[in-house]
Formats: sequence, C-alpha cells, structure tokens
Amino acid sequence: MESILTISNLTKKFGYLTAVKDLSFTINKGNVYGILGPNGSGKSTTLGIVLNVVNKTQGDFYWFDGNITTHDALKKVGAIIERPNFYPYMTATQNLKLVCKIKGVDYAKIDEKLEIVGLLERKDSKFKTYSLGMKQRLAIASALLNDPEILILDEPTNGLDPQGIHQIREIIKQIAAKGTTILLASHLLDEVEKVCSHVVVLRKGVKLYSGRVDEMISSHGFFELKTNKQNELVALLENNVSFKNIKVEDGLVTAFLDSPMKSEDFNKYLFEKGIILTHLVQRKESLEEQFLQLTDNN
Amino acid sequence: MLRLLSIEFQKIKHNKASKVLISIYFLLLVSIALIASIKFDIGSIKFHLAELGIFNFPYIWHFNTFVAAFFKIFLLMVIVSMTANEYSNKTLKQNLIDGLSKKEFILSKFYMALSFAAISTVFVFLVSIVLGLIYSSYTEPAIIFTDLEFLLAFFIKLVCFFSFGLFLGVLIKRSAFAVAAMAVLFLIEFISYFIISGHYKGFDETDRIYQFLPFKSMWNLIDEPGSRLSAAKELAAQLGEDLTYDYAVHWYEIAIVLGWTALFIFLSYRLLKKRDL
Repeated sequence: MESILTISNLTKKFGYLTAVKDLSFTINKGNVYGILGPNGSGKSTTLGIVLNVVNKTQGDFYWFDGNITTHDALKKVGAIIERPNFYPYMTATQNLKLVCKIKGVDYAKIDEKLEIVGLLERKDSKFKTYSLGMKQRLAIASALLNDPEILILDEPTNGLDPQGIHQIREIIKQIAAKGTTILLASHLLDEVEKVCSHVVVLRKGVKLYSGRVDEMISSHGFFELKTNKQNELVALLENNVSFKNIKVEDGLVTAFLDSPMKSEDFNKYLFEKGIILTHLVQRKESLEEQFLQLTDNN
Repeated sequence: MLRLLSIEFQKIKHNKASKVLISIYFLLLVSIALIASIKFDIGSIKFHLAELGIFNFPYIWHFNTFVAAFFKIFLLMVIVSMTANEYSNKTLKQNLIDGLSKKEFILSKFYMALSFAAISTVFVFLVSIVLGLIYSSYTEPAIIFTDLEFLLAFFIKLVCFFSFGLFLGVLIKRSAFAVAAMAVLFLIEFISYFIISGHYKGFDETDRIYQFLPFKSMWNLIDEPGSRLSAAKELAAQLGEDLTYDYAVHWYEIAIVLGWTALFIFLSYRLLKKRDL
C-alpha cells in the first residue's frame, strides 16, 4: 500500500517534559485515521513536528516516498491545527489567494472550495467579521485548495456550537467519501468513531495502540438485560463461566462476555432456566469505553 | 524571488495601517521640496534656504539622502509590525503548514526590506533630480551625476535598518516592544558614545570603536551635510574654526553595515529555525 507519512521513533522533549516518546506509525493512502488521546497526550506536538512548526528532538519522519523536502511535501497536504489562523484584515478570498500563492495553486479553486464549506456568499467579508464556525470552515476550504493527498485536522470541532460541530462533521464525511486520506486528531471519541477506520491511541506521549478501530480491544461485547427476576438472573450469570463481569445499575443488568455467545442461544438458555427477559441488547464496547479501558490499564 | 515578493505584497496591500504609514513616508519625502520654500525676510536680513545652495548638484545628493534617511522610521514600523503580526495572528505557523519553508519566510521579509529601500532610493533620486533642475546653479550632466554614491549609501543604510527591525520583530514577536527595543538600543549606543568620548577617550578613539556598532555604522555612511555648506564654512571661518571633514562614503563603512545586515538576517533565520511555534 502507498504510504503517505512514516514516523519512526519520534521523540520530542520540552525541557524536562517528554511530550512525545519513541512514537512510530505509518499513514497509508485511502484510510481515515484518528489520533486519540486525552488533552496533553502529544497529539498536537506530533502533528506540529510533521507539519514543520515544531522541531523534533530525536527520531525521524518522512512524507510520501521520502525523496521530498518537508516544505514541498506540505504543498500536497492540507492541514488545520487547533485554531484557524488567517490575516484578520483580509477577506476570505484574499486570504485564500495568499494560500494559493504559497502552495502554487490556481485561483480558480477558491470559489469551488468556498462552495463546499458554504462560505461563497460571504467570500468578500473580512476574516475578523467571521464567527468561529465560519473561521473553521474557511480553514477547511483553505486546506482543500490544493486537492490534498492527505487532510490533517487537529481538533476541528473544538469550541464550536452543536450546529457548527455538525456542519464540520458533515464536511469531513463528504471529503472522506471522496477517498481522501484523513488524519483526525481529537479527544472527542464519538467524532473519531463516526469517521475513522484506523486509530492511533496516545497517552502521555506514548503509543498505546495503533491499528483498525474494530480490532482495538479483543472483546466479545456484552449483554444489557432486564427481567422481573433480577436476583435469580444475577445469581445464574455469576455461576456461568462465559461471563467475566456482571454489573447492576438502575434495574439494568450488564453482563460482559468472556467467550463468544449468540443472543438467541443466550435467550434460549435463560428461558430454559425459567427466566423471561423484558429487555435484551447485545453490544460491543463503544470506542469511548474501549479507550477508557485502554488508557486506564496502562 | 518573485513568488516570495508577491506573497509579501499580498500581505501588505490589504493592510490599512501599512498603507497609511507608507503614504505618510512618501509624502514626507516629497515634502523635502518644501524646504525650498523656507524664507525669512526680516528687514534687511534675507534668508532663503534654496539660495544657500542646498539644492546645488552634486551637494543635493548628500543633503537629500541625509534628510530622507530620517523618515525611514515609518517604513521600519511597517516591517516590524508585518513581521510581529505574523506571530500574534499565528499566520507564520499557517504559512509554514501551507508549505512555505522557514528560509523562504525570512527571505520574503528580507526581499520586502530590499524593495522598500530600492523604491525609496529611486524616489529620492527623482525628487532630487527635479529639485536640482529647478534650483541648482549648475545643471551640466557631468556635475549632476557626480557623488551618486550617496544614493548607494542611502540604499544600504535603509536595508540594514530594516533588517535590524526584522530581526527584532522575529526576536520579540510584538511590534510595539520591538520598536521600543530598537529605540532603547539606539539610546544606549548614543548616550554611551558621548559618555565615553566626553569623559575617557575623546572623539577620535571612540569613533574607532563605535564605527563597528550598528547605529553608528549606519550613521557614518552619510555624514551630516551641514558643515559642507559654504554659508556654514564662512561662519566658521569668522569664528576661526576649520570645518573641513571627511564626508565621503568609504568602502569600509559600507562593508561594516553590510556585515550587520547579513548578521541580522542570519540571526532571524536561526531564531526561527530553532523555535517551536
């Protein structure tokens, strides 16, 4: 598979603090990646390093096949980090013209990209008159100007209202649907879960996991159950070796599986034991639950 | 180079404050012409500056470049604020992410400084030619085009001054503080010069040391033109003073200033390269 970004043994120290520690991973073409981690886990520092604004302490990274300087590679990358940064006294069009000049892109793209993020009718307003959501959408338009090989988004919905968050997510989904490689850093797990196929999980600068989202934890999922004979149910489950953990909360019994089991088999088994369920749901852990398990265990 | 200049020009042309400062600068340069109209008629004493010979070729090159150099502070403010604002708006970060290299960033600012200096030099040349042709007692081409090295000195002086501002802008990241820092450095150099020359070493020896310092070296490029005026000489002669002095532009003066310019640009680049944004 064609690799877009390769990071090997990357380390960054700020004085005594090690923000990124011996980090290695590869971004391949066509996938949507999430970098997950609590605040201060080194997500932005890692992105800062590969985007040429933070100096690495040790290790290496290279873009594409490695035969291109970082700043030339960045002309084929679209990135927005943390806050949208533009010249406040210029209009959207003027700001994007400047980006076109830096990236060596034709001006014709400007209106096309403003259209995608829905800012076409405000294109001649000064940047400083924009709301935060509009600023963030302009940043996405700017990152898309060169039809990038990879789009890097660092906390793209930070500080936005629900509507703004929704708009940004819709835009990201559209872009992902077109086959653009995306690298999304976030601490908002449902955000990552909704769009990413692969994740890298970081904690205190150390990589805890990298790979497919659905393989993040080897887990068989769990059942959510309700019945009128709750005590009997719990007693039965606790004696069953297929379950490793039983939790009871507000009349809802959650039983975590230790080995695979189908819901119809489980239902039949309980019925034979004389327990009739009023509620049965089989689920896998959400990314949030997996993430918390992963970051707690280490 | 053209790409970097057009990037820089795009940043400046929409900035209101920069446009105002640049307009004021060029108005002030034109206003040198107004000196010509300074006239006092008090009874029998007639004082008309234009008739003192300040607009005579080739003296006008010396006089106009000397006066015009005082106005460079306006362009300095443009350079410093355009540089420092890249930090406060975080657009420097965005520029780098968009694919500008750190070297290109410093170069684009330096090219802007070069263009400012070049345009100023051409402008001063034009103003001087026009004023000279109107007021000069001599208009033979051979005389008009002597002493043009003052224009070169003017250009280099401006480039160095702007590079200094660029460096302080990168170093301090806040335009007001960068300009203030420059003023403080100037005062330190200026005051210490008079303390040392007055109390310890005398002017000659102090000059030998201070010719290597940034402000004094820039000042040395174009010496004050007043003492060259025949009126000043006459006055001095009556008082028994000899005002003969070396006002020429020397190669080593140029070399020192170019050395500072190179150092400022290099340090700006190093600083940007080492820093995490």
